[in-house]
Parts: sequence; structure tokens; C-alpha cells
Amino acid sequence: MNLHEYQGKELLKRFGVPVQEGIAVASVDAAIDAAKQLKNERGTTIWVVKAQIHAGGRGKGGGVKVATSLDKLKEKAEQIIGMQLVSPQTGPAGKKVNKVLIAEDVYYGKEEERKEFYLSVLLDRERKKNVIIYSTEGGMDIEEVADKHPEKINKEWIDPKDGLQPYQARKIAFKLGLSGDAYKNMVAFVTNIYRAYVELDCALIEINPALKTADNKILAVDAKVKVDDNALYRHKEYADMRDVTEEDPTEVEASRYNLNFIKLDGNVGCMVNGAGLAMATMDMIKLAGGSPANFLDVGGTANAQTTEAGFRIILADPNVKAILINIFGGIVRCDRVAQGIVDAYKNIGNIDVPIIVRLQGTNAELAKELIDKSGLKVFSAIELREAAELVNKVIAA
Amino acid sequence: MSVLVNKNSRVIVQGFTGQEGTFHATQMIEYGTNVVGGVTPGKGGQMHLERPVFNTVEDAVQKANADVSIIFVPPAFAADAILEAADAGIKVIVCITEGIPTRDMIKVNEFLKDRDCRLIGPNCPGVITPGEAKVGIMPGFVFNAGTVGIVSKSGTLTYEAADQVCRTGLGISSAIGIGGDPIIGTTTKEAVELFMNDPQTKGIVMIGEIGGGMEAEAARWIKEHGTKPVVGFIAGQTAPPGRRMGHAGAIVGGSEDTAIAKMKIMRECGIQVAESPAVIGEMMAKALKK
Repeated sequence: MNLHEYQGKELLKRFGVPVQEGIAVASVDAAIDAAKQLKNERGTTIWVVKAQIHAGGRGKGGGVKVATSLDKLKEKAEQIIGMQLVSPQTGPAGKKVNKVLIAEDVYYGKEEERKEFYLSVLLDRERKKNVIIYSTEGGMDIEEVADKHPEKINKEWIDPKDGLQPYQARKIAFKLGLSGDAYKNMVAFVTNIYRAYVELDCALIEINPALKTADNKILAVDAKVKVDDNALYRHKEYADMRDVTEEDPTEVEASRYNLNFIKLDGNVGCMVNGAGLAMATMDMIKLAGGSPANFLDVGGTANAQTTEAGFRIILADPNVKAILINIFGGIVRCDRVAQGIVDAYKNIGNIDVPIIVRLQGTNAELAKELIDKSGLKVFSAIELREAAELVNKVIAA
Repeated sequence: MSVLVNKNSRVIVQGFTGQEGTFHATQMIEYGTNVVGGVTPGKGGQMHLERPVFNTVEDAVQKANADVSIIFVPPAFAADAILEAADAGIKVIVCITEGIPTRDMIKVNEFLKDRDCRLIGPNCPGVITPGEAKVGIMPGFVFNAGTVGIVSKSGTLTYEAADQVCRTGLGISSAIGIGGDPIIGTTTKEAVELFMNDPQTKGIVMIGEIGGGMEAEAARWIKEHGTKPVVGFIAGQTAPPGRRMGHAGAIVGGSEDTAIAKMKIMRECGIQVAESPAVIGEMMAKALKK
């Protein structure tokens, strides 16, 4: 699960990580109040208005703006709150900005006295341990740095038994070229970030940039925090941090029925049991000349109710020209799924897109008979290749 | 011969008396698996499914000579169940549980390093050696005994591949569902290696998906050490980047863990790659006729 910058910063502060302070708001009036409050409490007379969306590259899309007066702040807040922000990571449709973070200015003093760094913590799947990735090239797209200057990307792997060692934090601070107070502050910064990563069950903490200020503080200016979906039960507060407005409404709807659904932009809807088979079915649709309209794993308990919910969710997409149902029945009995399809079909009424049903496994023959005899406009198949041929035929028609 | 489990395996079920454990233990017993008992802390001394319940895995090993365990306990307690099994001397631990936090699995992986046991999963369908032992949740009837080994990250896709292989007249030596999480006990490469060393296995089906580098690692190993034909498939050619496709580990993070990139490396290493999931069985049959 992704968190917003302001949520990530709040969590990091609890672990003693200094951040660029700010106040998250949802309206222009609140933005002005927040700016005044920051001026009183932090002494800042320059503010940064930062769009809070779950995507990077916000600055490039006009979602991060500096204001040097309260009038300008009002103007920038008006521009950003409610805008459809298109960044390199949002896709062409962009994302609506519901909240902005009004943040203090931390780029004070002389430019040559400041320095931006990159720091992230994540799992190295190959080595099965956490890794800290860091670079002197902060504030830039890290994929680009990795591409052009791989020598400027450093990694420090953390022993799972003993955790981050003091010498490793020192090494990172030295390699970033720091000395004196800035060095000491960076050692503490790295140590606290790593502790937060472990204790908060994160899947990613990315600080880009981490700033050395003119007075040698080290601050998280941005914070991208992703928490492990499997660990949500250990952190009850994460449920309140979920922002459903960031998610596709049909995906939110699907999750209420325990359906694992991801919206795509193709023309063939699909409903499958099992994540691997669902992905394979999407690939098959592509090879048959269509393109998948969604990923939908109905899981191991496909029944009449989930089948109907699945149908309704897929049919809500006007681009869908055909639906492929692919169930490999193991513990799930195919005849029950077939009955579910027949019932759903009757309940929904007037489904005018062709439906291809491929049921294989337990009671597959019985299921095929059920569907063939139902009188519904449904094409049925038993083998996967037959289903692929049917998809091809239906799309061509 | 076969890999990991056979008719002599003495299997216990951790989470034996729970709903999932009871259902699948019943299925496994019906299949003919030698289930010698189960573990549910606090219910030791009772009988369940006509088999003894133990309080600890250690008891099950000492009193019932268990050497294989299958785990059905909920995510919050599953990592601990794996550690208990390993510490008690279980040789093959199959963890079906889905949803174990990554932090817990890092710890498990470290704990298992210096112990003589093999973990399959978590978040997997288990292992089957047709006609001998089913230590998992797969539909047994799909798997006929034969000479093809299957390694797969996915459950239903394993059944699909097995079904296709069996329809060509071939059968399965063993099938290993290694699981779809970011950290799993047995990697694709390790599972392939087991089959390369199994005299009964003549050909291997290797099914992967987007995310991580395990298939590439296996492919490079096969290029160096492979002695049997391998047919491969990677699910998720059409998966959008950055989205978790059902399995916790199925997420494209960079250019190297896409389906296309993995398929390319596999081809370069001499693996016959199926473009469509519908032709896996057919390709295996052709490869074995040569």
C-alpha cells in the first residue's frame, strides 16, 4: 500500500527522522492558515505547495510550486488543489489532486552550502535481505542516474540477524562526502530511516532528495513510503491511511467482494481462478488478437455470488467487447461455477457481449452440458486452445 | 523415483484441526498420502481424522516419526510454524499459507540457512508425486504418474500445465508449486536442479511470472548444467508495470523482471519457451520425442 508524502513524513518523524515540516490541507483557505501557522512556528516566509498524489514526478507536471508571499501561495494553491495532475508516472489521464502539503522552505542560505542526496531502503529479492541504496545524485530520477552513471549508485546490504551496523551508517555518510555535523546527522538519519523501515513493515522508503541544509541538518524533503500489504494486520492505523480516491473505483468495489481486480484498457474482459492462470489468460487474449480489459482473480472459492459480482464489474466497462471465463476447477467444482454463470446471466439480463466459458477440471463435462443446455448465448470450451480460438473468432466477428 | 515426497513420506499437518487443515488433510488422506498426524497447540492427545494430534512438532517427530510437514496456519503465526518444524528436524516443510509479512520471511530464511531442511512456499499449492503422495491443495486427479517434472510459481497454472502434459499421453514425476511471494524457501533454480538429478524425470516444465530474477537465475544454471529438455512459460506479458498481480511477488519493478525480458534470457539459455499457455503440453511432448 502506498502512502502520501505527508503520511510518510509523519511516520518517519516518530523515528526521529528530521523532515521538511508541513501541513496537509484540502482547501485554499486551509492552505493560507497552514502557511501562517508555519510562519509563526518555523519562521518560514517562503512556502512550497506540494500535490499529494500516489505518483512520482509531481514537479514535472506542475504539482509542486514555490510561493514567496501569501498572495502567491493562494494563487498556487488554487492552481494545484483540484487539478488533474499529469506526471511521467500517472499515465495520460493524470490524477486528481485532493490534498496539498504546505511545506516550509528548507533551501535557505548559499546554494554551494547545500547538497541533495538520494537514499532508499527496500528488499533485495535475490539476496533475501534488505538493501540501502544511496547516491550523491539526489533530486533526480534515480533510474536515470542508474542508467547513465551506475558508478554513482551505492548499495549496502543489511544482515537479517544483526540489522544495520554503526560502521555501515558511517560508511554511507562518508561515501556521500560528508564531514563534521552533517556527517553525524547523516549517520543518525540513515540509522533511524532503517529502523523505521523494519518496525513499520515497509516495502519501500525512498527519500529523494535528502537535503544537507546550509546549516548542516539532514532533512527528508520528500518521502515515498510503501508498506507491506501482508503486514497491515500488525499496524491498525494503516487502514485509516488508505486513500481510496487514489484507487480505481471498480477496483475498490471488487475488493468488497474479495475479488482481486485490476482495471486495464483492453477490449476483452476476463474472469479466472488463480493469479498465475489469470495473467496467462490475459496473455492468451493478446495472442488471440484481443487485448485484456482487466485482471480478475476470483480465488479458490468461485461461486454464484462472486461470479455475478465479477460479471457486473467487468460489464461496467463500456470498452468490453467479449468476456472470457477461465476456471480450472480443483477444489472448486466446475458445475457449480457453471450454475453460477447461468444464474448471473439471468439475474443481470440483457448481456449483449459474447461470453466464452472455459471450464476444466472437476466435473468439467457436467458443466459444459449445463451451459450448452441453458440456451444462453455462451460459447463453451474445455481445452485452453479452444478458448483461444473462440476469442479470436468473437473479436474478428 | 521422484522428488521431495513419495509413498514413504510421513506427513504431518500443522494447523491440523482448523477448517483449512481439516479439509485438505481429508483430501490428502483420500489421495493416499501417508498422513501420520497433525499439530495443534493445546489439542495434543486428541484424535482427529483418526490420527493423533500433537502439541508440538517435536512430539510429532518423536512419536510418529514425521519427516514432512504441511502448514495451514494463519499468516500471523505461519513463520513461527515454519521455524518450529525446522527446529524439530522436519526435512521437507510445505507452507501453503498466503499473506506472511516479508519481514517474517527474511527471518525465516536466515533461520533455515544452517539447518538441514527444505522449505517449499509459502503461498504455494504444495508438492505432488502422482500415485504416491499429495502434500498440497492441488486436485490430485489431474496428475497422472509419468516422467515430466513441473516447477511453478502459480497454483492453477500448475494444474493447467499438468493437464496439458497428461493429455498428450505423458505423465508427471512430481510437481512443485514453489509459491508467488517475494521470498520463498525453494527457488526456481533449486527446484529445477532437483528434477535434473532425478532419474525418473525426463523433461521439465518451468513456469514463472513477472517479478524478481529467479527464472533468469534458473535459465543460466540450465545453460551450464542442464541435461534434460526444459519447456518454459512466463505469465504476465500483458501485466502493467508497478501493479501487484495477485501474488505478492508478481510485480514488475524494472526492465529485467518483465515477462519479455525473462523469456528472452530463457531462450538464450536453450529453454523452449511457450508464447501461449495453451501449448505447454504439446511442446513438452515434442521435446521428449526427439
